[in-house]
Amino acid sequence: MFESSTINIVLLISVLVLASGGIVLVRSRRSKAASTSPVAPLTTTTPSSTAPDRYVDDEGSSSAATGSAGAAAESETLEPAKSDDSVVGDEAEQVVEETVEPATVKERAGRTRSLFASAFQSIRGRGSIDAGTWEELEETLLRADIGIGLTMRLLDPLRAAAKAGTIGTPDDAINALREAMTAQLTTTDRGLHLDADKKPNVWLFVGVNGVGKTTTIGKIGTAQAALGTTVLMAAGDTFRAAAAEQLLVWAERCGAAYVRGAEGGDPASVIFDGIQSASAKGIDLVLGDTAGRLQNKSNLMEELKKVRRVADKAEGTVNEVLLVIDATTGQNGLSQAREFAAATDVTGVVLTKLDGSAKGGIVFAIETDLGIPVKLVGLGEGAHDLVVFDPAEYVSALFE
Amino acid sequence: MFDSLGDRLQGIVKRLKGKGRLTEADVDEVMSEIRTALLEADVNIGVVRDVVARIREQAIGATVSEALDPSQQIIKIVNAELVAMLGGETLKITYASQPPTVVLMAGLQGSGKTTSAAKLARWFKSQGRQPILIGADLQRPAAVEQLRTLGNQISVPVFSEPGDPVATARRGLEEAKRLGKDVVIVDTAGRLAIDEEMMRQVADISTTVKPNYTFLVVDAMTGQDAVSVADAFHQRLSIDGVILSKLDGDARGGAALSVKTVIGRPIAFAATGEKIDAFEQFHPDRMAGRILGMGDMLTLIEQAEKVFEQDKAEEAAQRMLEGQFTLEDFLEQLQQLKKMGPLSGIMGMLPGMPKEMKNAQIGDDQVKVTEAIIRSMTLEERRDPSIINGSRRSRIAKGSGTEVADINRLVKQFTEMQKMMKKMGGLAKPQGKGGKGKPGKINKRQAMQQLGDMFGGQGGIPGLPGADGSPGLPPFFK
Repeated sequence: MFESSTINIVLLISVLVLASGGIVLVRSRRSKAASTSPVAPLTTTTPSSTAPDRYVDDEGSSSAATGSAGAAAESETLEPAKSDDSVVGDEAEQVVEETVEPATVKERAGRTRSLFASAFQSIRGRGSIDAGTWEELEETLLRADIGIGLTMRLLDPLRAAAKAGTIGTPDDAINALREAMTAQLTTTDRGLHLDADKKPNVWLFVGVNGVGKTTTIGKIGTAQAALGTTVLMAAGDTFRAAAAEQLLVWAERCGAAYVRGAEGGDPASVIFDGIQSASAKGIDLVLGDTAGRLQNKSNLMEELKKVRRVADKAEGTVNEVLLVIDATTGQNGLSQAREFAAATDVTGVVLTKLDGSAKGGIVFAIETDLGIPVKLVGLGEGAHDLVVFDPAEYVSALFE
Repeated sequence: MFDSLGDRLQGIVKRLKGKGRLTEADVDEVMSEIRTALLEADVNIGVVRDVVARIREQAIGATVSEALDPSQQIIKIVNAELVAMLGGETLKITYASQPPTVVLMAGLQGSGKTTSAAKLARWFKSQGRQPILIGADLQRPAAVEQLRTLGNQISVPVFSEPGDPVATARRGLEEAKRLGKDVVIVDTAGRLAIDEEMMRQVADISTTVKPNYTFLVVDAMTGQDAVSVADAFHQRLSIDGVILSKLDGDARGGAALSVKTVIGRPIAFAATGEKIDAFEQFHPDRMAGRILGMGDMLTLIEQAEKVFEQDKAEEAAQRMLEGQFTLEDFLEQLQQLKKMGPLSGIMGMLPGMPKEMKNAQIGDDQVKVTEAIIRSMTLEERRDPSIINGSRRSRIAKGSGTEVADINRLVKQFTEMQKMMKKMGGLAKPQGKGGKGKPGKINKRQAMQQLGDMFGGQGGIPGLPGADGSPGLPPFFK
């Protein structure tokens, strides 16, 4: 299997990596030292910590490039119905409530036998707390993809409390766990921001392949259109075959304007055109789709940074960058959140496909470790099945 | 991101080293680390329990041999166990005696069925078959367009018609027979395993087309739920094999182990990239190393072979071992290395990389600084850095936008690296024959061991006992 020549190549690579890595190591050590000693500061920057360039000039760039976009956008522009800053999530839910039965995490997640519920039954059945209790609690948390690290962080204080006697019965333990889990999700602002003074508002959707970005845009577009918000969908996924067509179907369904580019074209320019077109037509909200990409592909992440940069240059306000995560995702979700946040300043997470048997527990770690709030959850295929994330409801759905 | 099992075991192993035999408490501690490593890789908790129990049995009472590093001994056991569990029976495609051979694709939404269907069609084509794709995903908007576009790219016909997926599948099969196609791949809509109606539909499609092979497409990033999904599909459709998608991501891919264990069917293919030809038959040995976070040398080598210009790289490697490697060569090879993707990814694949280096954020921007410095040197300076005096130094610094100290550091590190390479070159001499031989002929075991030592890694290379690298950084880093 190993040819001698390939060994040589591996050696070479290793040395190269070593060489470049060694420089970095010394570099980072030195920059640490520089803060404590009066050594002249480095003029070269340590790029690892620099955030992607942001261009914060709102009206800076020219309003060219709307021609083709305008032609592509077919729907007429409605009169914007909203006039103030608002957090639309809650309202979306309210409106939905009037017309369609609102989906709740509890009811949808209840379609599958709750693994928490059955575990708790057995824990309560023990009567007292013993080693088996902790084992079962631990296993239950792990099965929900909460991850071994956070599981330990949740259970260790409870174990200590049991030793100290403040937790006496299995019920106490379960209640304490429930409280501890709810306490992990403390973000208060989970709404999507729509600013009437700065329209068009731009919401970008990012994530790995197959998580449901395009579908999420379709659902959000539908909900927003129902609220009277005028929407434009920009088909920034120029890579996946027929992604633009998939978005077009959604745009037609909800009467949103639509901008696309050539297949294989530059996604940043599609998003830019979309925003410029929305600006020219007085459209309130641009929903920008992007191609799915694995977070370890540096060239694709660079492309995404560019999308973000260019979107900031257009005549709109990027006020949401939503990372879409599939509820079946395991521990890799954390790496996804970290990398996408570094590339695009993610403002929130949309947790999709929570209506299956998966529990989406990785969002706990994403919110506590990285401080990115979960904003929406997807509970089904219908347009009204995307609802505002409610931590208490989510946790109780796990527990009941 | 996560520590590799090797990193995890290092601390424990230090204490075990003096002991002749592992006590129960020692084993407990080691098992707990193995368990954590597997859980972080998303191996299902039930499967983890079984694996750990089995490994435990082998580890208890295992004598700590003088010659072997205990951590490597343990890793060897774990690795062998995982390979055995992932491998076993491999899927060999037997074509139907009465063509066409029918293949049904199933899986959750977004697992990658449509893309995998096209990739599979391309694979069959490369095997000399004439496949046809049937688009029976009438649920997701534009799914059929996606399949048609992909079909176009690989020149494979696509059949689909609006309406009922079961009828589409039946008509597609008839069409395939009419056209004389010998492989039919049916793409279906993604569905939740708990969606009764949709599961019945895919079962209906299955009864209609009577597939010779039913493949379940599983996302490599899937967490604990992988087993219930696989189990539900298997009960309904009787899965013949698994296609592991998105394996080019940085997920450890424990789902592969979970699914294989639960349904007992082989993982047949793995999708290793977005390009349509990034699709290959599954390698259990590589997957084991990946789950343990032990690096994936073979994948690295394959990637390198794709990217590096073979002749030049070999030449450079040869010069390297002879101590003739110059900054010019270095610059040239850096260009090649950059093509392999982000450096952090490459580092992750190298076995035994010290943690400090794995955790250091090595961006390609840093490579740029190095490049800038070398590019600001004259040809003579690149070939012989010792001629770089004070005034040359400040010129180079100005030219590259760096500080004189940066130039010093690069030159010093490069010189040390050269020394080290020369030392390694000694290994390249053919054993027993004496005299000068082709430097290309390296004892691979020794070289790998040396590589491990160089990185100061312990227990880095599975199945390679004896690399007794001292922990901590080699002098190079100090």
